[in-house]
Amino acid sequence: MAHDEQNIRSVPEPGSKGNVRMLFVMVAIGLICAFLIVLTYEQTRPVIERKQEEALKKAIFRVLPGIKRTISFVIADGQIRPATDAPDGVRVHAGYDDRGDLMGFAIEASGQGYADIIRLIYGYDHRSQKIIGIQVLETKETPGLGDRIEKDPAFLENFRALDVAVDSANSKALHPIETVKNGKKTEDWQIEGITGATISSRAVGDILGTSSESVLPVIRMNISKVGHLNQEE
Amino acid sequence: MSSMSDKERLGFWEELKSSPSTNEFLKGIWKDNPVFVQVLGMCPVLAVTNTAENALAMGLATTFVLLMSNVLVSLLRNFIPKQVRIASYILIIASFVTIVDYLIQSVSVELHKSLGAFISLIVVNCLILSRAEAFASKNTVKYSALDALGMGGGFLLGLLCLGAVREILGSGTLFSLQLFPSGFQEWIVMILPAGGFFTLAGWLILINYTKERKLS
Amino acid sequence: MNTDSLGYIFISASLINNFVLAYFLGICPFLGVSGKIGTASKMGAAVTFVMLISSICAYTIHYLLLRINAPYLQLISYIVVIASTVQLVEMFIKKMSPALFRALGIFLPLITTNCAILGLALFQTSKDYDMIQSVIYALGAGTGFTLALVLMAGLREQLDLADVPKLIKGTALVLLVAGILSLAFMGFSGLGNQ
Repeated sequence: MAHDEQNIRSVPEPGSKGNVRMLFVMVAIGLICAFLIVLTYEQTRPVIERKQEEALKKAIFRVLPGIKRTISFVIADGQIRPATDAPDGVRVHAGYDDRGDLMGFAIEASGQGYADIIRLIYGYDHRSQKIIGIQVLETKETPGLGDRIEKDPAFLENFRALDVAVDSANSKALHPIETVKNGKKTEDWQIEGITGATISSRAVGDILGTSSESVLPVIRMNISKVGHLNQEE
Repeated sequence: MSSMSDKERLGFWEELKSSPSTNEFLKGIWKDNPVFVQVLGMCPVLAVTNTAENALAMGLATTFVLLMSNVLVSLLRNFIPKQVRIASYILIIASFVTIVDYLIQSVSVELHKSLGAFISLIVVNCLILSRAEAFASKNTVKYSALDALGMGGGFLLGLLCLGAVREILGSGTLFSLQLFPSGFQEWIVMILPAGGFFTLAGWLILINYTKERKLS
Repeated sequence: MNTDSLGYIFISASLINNFVLAYFLGICPFLGVSGKIGTASKMGAAVTFVMLISSICAYTIHYLLLRINAPYLQLISYIVVIASTVQLVEMFIKKMSPALFRALGIFLPLITTNCAILGLALFQTSKDYDMIQSVIYALGAGTGFTLALVLMAGLREQLDLADVPKLIKGTALVLLVAGILSLAFMGFSGLGNQ
């Protein structure tokens, strides 16, 4: 402490040398701060990345029940590539069972909801050509009303087997997804909306519709590329 | 030493009660409570108190930033030239907020998502800058730390008061524990932005009322 | 309407997700400077102006930080650069147009470290807006802020004449009115969705 006090006294008074001192102090504080920030960043980064990956993985396993492994791909310009090669585009995760057989795809999608963007992931079974589950990743919908798209069991029931079959030329959907009023569902490609959260539930239908119409044809054309996983891999 | 008589112990508590350290700590919790008395840092108070858990996390994060920045400002108080002091304080506060942002993210991605940009916005919480300028820049490290803990504690208390009321009425739960039987009709308005305004107004009216009664 | 279209961004920032009434940003000036319509509209103009500047600053900084791959410097550089740019602009206005400075000048130092300004910078980054979208977003947010402030001031001018119980007078009354305004603004949700 005594040493410190001497230091304080030896510091020049503000004046001609004041500016130099000001600069010096600001730089010194900047350095301390930068050191602390970088230290924390380096220490926490691996943990954060692991947790984010785990969260995504959990969502994938929930929309594709029964899978054991996943591989991530990216779809851009009508092409499907390994996620490590292309950073931009729609992210698609292929799920395989323990024998390495392809079980389906988990596809990320987003669009405008009632209040803000809704981000979700849905499971697509390529054999039955159906959506078999959805999981909302991010939403700011009105609590208690719009956020029922996440929790409402009757609404989520729509996505147990939602028909998204593509025509034989792999160019467009046979029946585009429709969102209908509660109790009016007659076909497999219709989604029954939530009373009191019409816009939010229609938004989910629109997001699925837009995404499935652009992504599914590409997936079906390239299914041989991702078909089976070798045990050695 | 170890066997204090009752009288000595009483004296100890009296001394503790009137000691400046206790005073610096307690003033933030009650007399100068940042939320209810000073009405400072309103955006987090209203924005993230839709659940008690968010309120707790926000209160702890703010207290951490307040404590660290108060200590550092107090340590450096004799080195920082007067002309650039505010700039230095902001730099220090912004660094600790960045740090707390990463810490929360590493503890829980979910929590980080639900607090969103409001963690970063701790930087512009007037409470922190005002404690650095009004207290830490003039006092020793010990008192600055106590001041920060007291003010942070008071802020946390305020946030919890709002968060608990809003969660209980708005969702029928407290810290995600179901409080009411399933027939309870939630007051959805309480978790909406409007509910934040109403709840804070309610608390302020309650405080005004107790003050009035004390006076008369 | 497309979520990235400029019209939607403007409507969303000004009405649906109003900074004051839905995000609680800029509550301090909202409570403090909403007594008179005249002052409130000047304050609103000053905030909109600073928002435009900081939006451009934030866009540039974000671009540079992505280049050098240092996301952890985002917050610190936003606040430092925005604060100093506003100072520079303040000096510039003082020199070029004393009349404008007299009208807005006293508000500028107040809003430099306002949460609405920093919030704008952070939100536009997380929404990945490009330069033009960011500017429109800032314009929308500023308009929304001004609207909320002026509406509030109008109501408060009326309330001054009303016989309000002593208990509710002051901050509590302003908060109650703000809550009702916030409920009213919820009616804008879903706008532009059809």
